[in-house]
Amino acid sequence: MISVPLVSWSDIFSFEDYGALLALVQNSLIAGAVLGLVGGLIGVFVMQRDLAFAVHGVSEMSFAGAAAALLFGFNIVGGSLVGAMVAAALIGVLGAKARDRNSIIGVLMPFGLGLGILFLSLYDGRSANRFSLLTGQIISVDTPDLAWLIGICVAVFVVLLLVWRPLRFDSLDPASAAARGIPSTLVSIGFMLLLGAVVAVSVQIIGALLVMALLVTPAAAAMRLSAGPLAVPVLAAVFGFVSAVGGILLAIAGTLPVSPYITTISFSIYVVCRVVAWGRARVARPVAA
Amino acid sequence: MSDVNAAPVLDISGAALVRDGNELWSGLDLAVRPGEFIAVLGPSGSGKTTLLRAILGLQALSAGTVTVAGRPVRRGNPEIGYIAQTRPLPPDTNLRARDLVELGVNGTRFGLPLRRKSDRERVDQLLHDVGAEAFAERPVGLLSGGEQQRLRIGQALADEPALLLCDEPLSSLDLANQQAVTAIIDRQRRERGAAVLFVTHDINPILGMVDRVLYIAGGRFTLGTPDEVLQTSVLTELYGAPVYVLRAGDRLVVVGVPDTDHHHPHDDGHGAHGGEVVA
Repeated sequence: MISVPLVSWSDIFSFEDYGALLALVQNSLIAGAVLGLVGGLIGVFVMQRDLAFAVHGVSEMSFAGAAAALLFGFNIVGGSLVGAMVAAALIGVLGAKARDRNSIIGVLMPFGLGLGILFLSLYDGRSANRFSLLTGQIISVDTPDLAWLIGICVAVFVVLLLVWRPLRFDSLDPASAAARGIPSTLVSIGFMLLLGAVVAVSVQIIGALLVMALLVTPAAAAMRLSAGPLAVPVLAAVFGFVSAVGGILLAIAGTLPVSPYITTISFSIYVVCRVVAWGRARVARPVAA
Repeated sequence: MSDVNAAPVLDISGAALVRDGNELWSGLDLAVRPGEFIAVLGPSGSGKTTLLRAILGLQALSAGTVTVAGRPVRRGNPEIGYIAQTRPLPPDTNLRARDLVELGVNGTRFGLPLRRKSDRERVDQLLHDVGAEAFAERPVGLLSGGEQQRLRIGQALADEPALLLCDEPLSSLDLANQQAVTAIIDRQRRERGAAVLFVTHDINPILGMVDRVLYIAGGRFTLGTPDEVLQTSVLTELYGAPVYVLRAGDRLVVVGVPDTDHHHPHDDGHGAHGGEVVA
């Protein structure tokens, strides 16, 4: 007797009609690619400024905004952006000190998540949209919205490049940066707003709960390999790009959501980087005879 | 050492500082000339760091005016180099030694972060000036406190400042590194004519270089040469309590400094002196 497997491999990987599927998701792929690059870059500053927890807090508020937009019939990307910006501004203004910041985020996060779940429960439309906000489903985002996502990422990318040096100075050596006249409060709020915009995009693509896989993990992996001012952002952007694009390419071959592929690739890259760094440290510090 | 006819690099007049409703000091006048080395001494909480922050334009004094190179204070003044207290950078800090120096060269510049050849040459020169070439490519988090402090000085010297503000730059450094760091600062004023305002709790490492001492304590201050100020009678009057200046070889020790209202028993490198201020 042949037992029926609970999970079929063809759900996870299937490459029949792959070319046709690829053409359908072309725009999603572009959005994923752009987000992967920008997410990796901004992640470098997220790590340097110790804002990983803030990313999570902003993403839950972004989820609440998106859910509210869904319920009241507004544009979901717009709602997501408003939620993220409000949270980012609050954290930027009130959370100058790390300890204050963490408590503000800790307060905002469950509130945002609860609010989002409330709005989704009240919403009686097509249910496919519902949990995609939490766990992501880029394939279900329509083309005009994809254009918005790409546009936001490109705008953040340009601004990030223009403020790169002062932002880096403020992130790595805040006391000297202040002495040299860099307005740290302004930089902090400005950076949070850029971060809010990228988080709002990420929520659409991999979902509010998994945003860190594109905004934290690639940069954290890159920092394991290098301390160079060029190498770290380039590696982080490449890792983000590979995770996002690779995840989408694998996902369209199966019937599962995109997010687990992205998070798994991004996590695997991190593990490899850690192992490489560990191996290098062993070579550099041979056991004394 | 310093040219008495030159216009002052730093001119403070009628300065006062009020904190939490208490006046820490008032009527402070100080003109620092090019190449002059001024030590600022006094117990914790006497407003030494606040004075530096006021000169940097980061904090307002309660009264008085401050000009730097003849102009009122402003944020981001390239005439000022600021060297902060040694606080070791975390091991995983995402910077190599040369990057920390480079922040001083182009860290405040907006626009595309393309590296100019002139920037690179300037960083190389600064690394040479502070003796940091040997570890220029290493991550800063893996360097010793003394090595990190050389880099901070290199960063502060990037714009060839006319005034160097040093806030406890020697704390938590060993003797050899204290000498190396003070030698770099001293050379800067001898060769480039930079004026130095040096906040410290221990004057011994810089005693041979100091032109004048500003001693702030007990809500008052006194200003003069080290020999004038570091006297049992002068400090006893300043503190309003018996304080003794002892000489051990070429070292000075100040004994019997009373606890002030602002004295906090936190340990930031001062604890090694068993509660007595070494001045």
